[in-house]
Amino acid sequence: MIWETVRLALRSVRRNVLRSFLTLLGIVIGVAAVIAMITIGSGTTEKVKTDISKLGSNLLVVRAARPDRSGSTSFTARQLDDKDVAGLAKGLDDAKAVSAAAQKTVRVVYGAENVAADVTGTDTEYFTARDWGVAEGRLFTESEVRSGTNVCVIGETVRQQFFGAGDPDGQSIRVNRMSCKVIGVLQTKGFSGFGQDQDNTVIMPLAAYQRRIAGDRDIDTIYVAARDGVATARVQENIETIMRETRRIAPDGEDNFSVRDMTQIADAMASATTTMTGMLGAVAGVSLLVGGIGIMNIMLVSVTERTREIGIRLAIGAHEKHILIQFLVEATVLSLFGGLIGIAFGLGLAAAASYSLSIPFAPSLAVVLLAVGFSALIGMVFGFFPALRGARLDPIDALRHE
Amino acid sequence: MLASPLLAFQDVWKTYGRGEAKVHALAGVDLAIGKGEFVAIMGPSGSGKSTAMNIIGCLDTPTAGSYRFQGVDAGRLDRNRRAVLRNLYVGFVFQGYNLLARTTAAENVELPLIYRGVPARERRERAMAALADVGLAGREHHTPSELSGGQQQRVAIARAIVTRPSLLVADEPTGNLDTARSHEIMELLTGLNSELGLTVVMVTHEADIATYAQRTIRFLDGHVASDTSNLEMA
Ligand SMILES: Nc1ncnc2c1ncn2[C@@H]1O[C@H](COP(=O)(O)OP(=O)(O)O)[C@@H](O)[C@H]1O
Ligand SMILES: [Mg+2]
Repeated sequence: MIWETVRLALRSVRRNVLRSFLTLLGIVIGVAAVIAMITIGSGTTEKVKTDISKLGSNLLVVRAARPDRSGSTSFTARQLDDKDVAGLAKGLDDAKAVSAAAQKTVRVVYGAENVAADVTGTDTEYFTARDWGVAEGRLFTESEVRSGTNVCVIGETVRQQFFGAGDPDGQSIRVNRMSCKVIGVLQTKGFSGFGQDQDNTVIMPLAAYQRRIAGDRDIDTIYVAARDGVATARVQENIETIMRETRRIAPDGEDNFSVRDMTQIADAMASATTTMTGMLGAVAGVSLLVGGIGIMNIMLVSVTERTREIGIRLAIGAHEKHILIQFLVEATVLSLFGGLIGIAFGLGLAAAASYSLSIPFAPSLAVVLLAVGFSALIGMVFGFFPALRGARLDPIDALRHE
Repeated sequence: MLASPLLAFQDVWKTYGRGEAKVHALAGVDLAIGKGEFVAIMGPSGSGKSTAMNIIGCLDTPTAGSYRFQGVDAGRLDRNRRAVLRNLYVGFVFQGYNLLARTTAAENVELPLIYRGVPARERRERAMAALADVGLAGREHHTPSELSGGQQQRVAIARAIVTRPSLLVADEPTGNLDTARSHEIMELLTGLNSELGLTVVMVTHEADIATYAQRTIRFLDGHVASDTSNLEMA
C-alpha cells in the first residue's frame, strides 16, 4: 500500500518535472545553503585545529587585555612593553622561547609591483616559538635585532609577487617608505583557518619595525613556548604571576593583560564559527520556509487538477486517510527530491570552497541525514493542508468536476 | 413485496438549497430492489434519477427517510463507513467512464483492490481475469487514450466487478456510445447479471436500452411515477 503510494507519487513528480523543479527551488537553495555552510564550517574548524596543533600546543600568547565586551570599565588595557618581555624572559624557567612581536598590514613595494602584506616586527625567538624557519637565505641575527637593522625575511606569496622565479636575496623592497634588504624566504605555511594567507608576510627586527613603521614602542603580542613536557597550565600561571609583579598590580586588582594557550584560542575561533553558522542557518531557514510554501502551493494545484481522480478514488472505496496519505507522500517525495538535489549542490559548493580556501572537505553523514529528514518533514508539514483538502472532498462534487 | 430486498428506500427525501431556492430532488420515494434484479431507471432530465443513484450507491445520504442497503441503515453511516460499504458491495459505471488517465487498464482495474489491501500479486491476477471477463484480454497495458469509448467502458465495468460486488450502479452507461457499442455493453451487463447474479441498477434515456432490464422504474419530479416489470409485458 505504501509502496503503491510512493510509486504513484514518483510518477506524478515525473509527469511535471519542470514544474516540480521550480517548486523545489526554495528547498534546494535552503538545503544547499545549510549543507555547504556546515560542511565549510566544520572544514574551517578542522583547519584551525590542525593549524594550532602545528603551531604547537605548547604555545602561549600574552596580549594587552581589552576591556571586556560586557562593558566593564573597571580596568583599562595597558600596552605590553619591553619591561614585560624582560620580566618574562628572566622569570620564566619553563620557557623554551619568549618573543615580542608587533604587527600590521602595510603596503609593500618592489619596482612597479605592490602588495598589502602582514608586516611583523619581532626577535629571533619568534621563529623558535612559532616553529618556523627559512626555506632559502637566512633569518636575521641577535645583533641585527639589537641594532634594528633594515633587513627582512619574506613569505612565499610576497616572493612570487615580486620576484617570480628570480632570486630575491639581497634585493631591497620598500615597506612603508622604509627600504629593507631581503635576506631570506620563509617556509610556506598556507592559509590559516580563517582563509588568511600566512605566506603573504614580511618579518623584520622589532626595533626597525617600531622606528620606521609603527612609530611607537608598543608590543602587540608576547609569544611564550613552554619547554617540552611542561604543562602549559603551569606556565600560564607563572606568566600571570610574573606579569602582575612586573606591572605592580595590587593583589585585589584585575589583570590588565591576557594569557591564553592555543586550545583556548581554538575554542574562541570555533565559537566564532558557530555564531556565523547560526546566522547563516537562520537565512537558510527562511529559504526553507519559502520552499515549504512553494510545496503547499503546488500541492494545492495538484489537488485541484486531480479533483476528478480523487472523486473516482473516493467512489470506489478510498477512505479519507487513503487520499490524505497519497498527497502527503507526494509532497514528501517532492520535498525529499528537493532535499537531495540541495544536498548534492551544497556538497559541491563546499568541495569547491574547500579547494579554493585550501581547507579540508569535511562532509558529515549526520548533517546529510538531518537535511534529508528535515526536507521530508517540510513536505509533510506543508503538504498536510492541501492533502486534507483533497481528502475532505465530496465524491459526488469531485466526480462532477471538469 | 420482496422477502429480503438488497436495497430499500422508505419515504426518501433529498432537498437542496434553502428557503425560496429549495429544491426537492427526491420527494418521498419508496422503492425496493431485490438481489439479482436488473433494473432500468428512466425519466426526464431533472427528475431525480442521479440523486437516487447516488443514494443507492452509498455516495450520498437522504435528507429525510431511510435507505437500507445490505441490511444496514446506510443513510445514517458516516463518510468512511459508506466508503467501506462501496468498496465491498458496490461497483460504479459512469457515463464518462471515469478512468484514471495515463494509467493502464490493468492498473485502473486494480484500484479498488488496493483500497481493500489485497496483495499485489493477487490484485494483478484478479484484474487480468476481470479484463478477460469483459473481453479485453490483450489490452491490459493500454492506457485509456489508447482505447475506444466502448473499450474504456469495458475497463470501467471490469473495475466495477473486480471486487465481486453485490450491486452494480450505472448512470447512463451507454450515453457516450454509438448504437452498436451500446448494445455490446448491454449484452455484457446482461451476461454479468444472469451469470454472476449481479444486481444491476442502470439509468438510461433510451427505451431500447431499457428493454435489456427486467424492470423499469420511471421518475417524475422526484417521485416514482411507474414501476413496471418488463417480463410481464413481454
Ligand atoms: N448538488 C446539487 N445542488 C443543487 N441542486 C441539485 C444538486 N444536484 C441535483 N440538484 C437538483 O435536483 C434535481 C434532480 O437532479 P438529478 O438527480 O441530477 O436529475 P436527473 O439525473 O434525473 O437529471 C434537479 O432539479 C437538480 O437541479
Ligand atoms: Mg442525471
